[in-house]
Amino acid sequence: MTTHHTSEGPSGPAPRRIGPARLGIYAFLLISALFFLLPLYVMLVTSVKPMAEIREGGLFALPSAVTFEPWIRAWSSACTGLDCRGISPGFWISVKILIPSVIASILIGAITGYALSFWRARGANLLFAALLLGAFLPYQVFIYPLVRIYSATGLFSTIYALVLTHVIFGLPVMTLLFRNYYAGIPIDLFKAARVDGGKFFSIFFRLMLPMSIPMLVVAVILQVTGIWNDFIMGLTFGGLANRPMTVQLTNLVAPTEGEIAYNVNMAATIMTAAVPLIIYFISGRWFVRGIAAGAVKG
Amino acid sequence: MSSVSLRNLKISFGAVNVLETLNLEVAEGEFIVLLGPSGCGKSTLLNAIAGLLDLTEGQVFIGGRNVTWAEPSERGIGMVFQSYALYPRLTVEGNLSFGLKMSGMPKAEIARRVADAARILQIEPLMKRQPAQLSGGQRQRVAIGRALVRNASVLLFDEPLSNLDAKLRTELRVEIKRLHKALGSTMIFVTHDQVEALTLADRIAVMHKGVIRQLASPKEIYQRPVDRFVASFVGSPQMNFLSGRIVRRDEALAFRLDGGGEIGLNGYDFTHPVSDGQVATLGIRPEQAQLQPSPQHTESLEPTFTIDEPMGPDTLLWGTLGGETFSLRTTSDHTPNLGTAMPIYVNPAQVSLFDAAGERL
Repeated sequence: MTTHHTSEGPSGPAPRRIGPARLGIYAFLLISALFFLLPLYVMLVTSVKPMAEIREGGLFALPSAVTFEPWIRAWSSACTGLDCRGISPGFWISVKILIPSVIASILIGAITGYALSFWRARGANLLFAALLLGAFLPYQVFIYPLVRIYSATGLFSTIYALVLTHVIFGLPVMTLLFRNYYAGIPIDLFKAARVDGGKFFSIFFRLMLPMSIPMLVVAVILQVTGIWNDFIMGLTFGGLANRPMTVQLTNLVAPTEGEIAYNVNMAATIMTAAVPLIIYFISGRWFVRGIAAGAVKG
Repeated sequence: MSSVSLRNLKISFGAVNVLETLNLEVAEGEFIVLLGPSGCGKSTLLNAIAGLLDLTEGQVFIGGRNVTWAEPSERGIGMVFQSYALYPRLTVEGNLSFGLKMSGMPKAEIARRVADAARILQIEPLMKRQPAQLSGGQRQRVAIGRALVRNASVLLFDEPLSNLDAKLRTELRVEIKRLHKALGSTMIFVTHDQVEALTLADRIAVMHKGVIRQLASPKEIYQRPVDRFVASFVGSPQMNFLSGRIVRRDEALAFRLDGGGEIGLNGYDFTHPVSDGQVATLGIRPEQAQLQPSPQHTESLEPTFTIDEPMGPDTLLWGTLGGETFSLRTTSDHTPNLGTAMPIYVNPAQVSLFDAAGERL
């Protein structure tokens, strides 16, 4: 400790005060959080209430008797039309669509982005411009031609049609994402790998892909959310046999005769929304880690 | 050890010619430095030798073999980059062995070569570290090591010292020279730093606008630059240029400054015939003029010095001569009077003369 006296007046860090601006920010954050959490709260409490309790009203009230019966019904025995197997078949179909679509779209997008930024093939810029254009065209334009193409090739109402559609529509954005990420990697690194004997794929898989983890996490979040939440493609190309979870959910909650089972509907909706949510929670941490790891420079 | 031979090399990007019909023969074990300002095409030339760039015309031979269409890895070269270009997610050991692993070399051989390179470059304690944990000098050593493990007969350096601080740069420069002596491999080194060029090279190729202006030993480049560009680019502070005319005086040639003053040219080795009254530029390096006459330093001029810069071993004097900037390097402790005209002495055999187009006379 030093006993040396400094001259009078302010010294060291200024004291922190909580001013009105800071209070305003906290108030805003609190209100926003409540606004977004309230519907989730209502869904959760409703999904574990028996119908008798729901009929009494009290939307925000906590359940007096918790029951998981609506969840079980929603998963395995609720009726969508004549089919009374709950929403679980849709879940598995969605998984079957999701996994190959996400892997293929990210991998092909990353390879295309890598080729565009490092190998600079003739006409690469033109190709990139075309891909960008593709990213901004509305999907609706493609639907009817695609229906004709799939029915002509016998792919219609198969899982392949859905996977193919998701991969193709995912490509422009995935390519853009990875091209821009790779544009930030020094070209010398690529040159060094070429001198070291790297070929197109060996440089990609051994050098570039391991360096792309932050971008891969972003891509997985984007693609899982997009593909899982897709409704129009599933409805159009899936046919009757391959309805993804979202399509089944709409059929389930669509008003039919008799009493609407709000608790079952809520449970089914939460289950459908769970997959993107879980992905956010898991990869969010990795995302931050990935960014932090990339940011450490000497 | 391989020779490198570039024949009628031409590289253009669209309508822009980066290299114009360039020929260069590098002997086995030679240390060649490509020197020039940024944008002169020296890095382009190095990339072309490495095979990282397509040629527009011409051929590249390495070790007598035509490698014009060969992949970079098939050319028997190793390359070191300015930005180090270490693979960020691999350890030092991983960086050194990366290329060897890709080529499917047996593990024992990889380990032996990596250990050899680590010993030569004294990076053995760093083998388990990540590039981010290394200092700039250590990173560049690893980058050199990565070129060494390939047992390349030609090593290419693309401004490898430019990102280092002054002290490290000097250290690593000596290291590279020692490495060249020890390995005897052919080295081609790109830099814009004339000190690196002069200290390292067997021969320097001074480049400007896609053309090699002069290819010669450092001594020759420094003492007998072929044109004004080479003369002004090499040497720091740069050569003094004084405009004037060649005149005939008593059956001998002399140079008469436009700003007043005249020196005899007795002993100057003309490469071109000159005529009486021809417009020319006289080039004198700061250390080619001195404050006292000597048997060789016979000709005198009278500049006025206004500023002195003590540099330690010597002192730089700055002033004007006939309205043109003039500098002089002196080892004398005795600082002359500043602000008044004073005689300085030059040896006509040492100076350079350039014609109106800038070519050496």
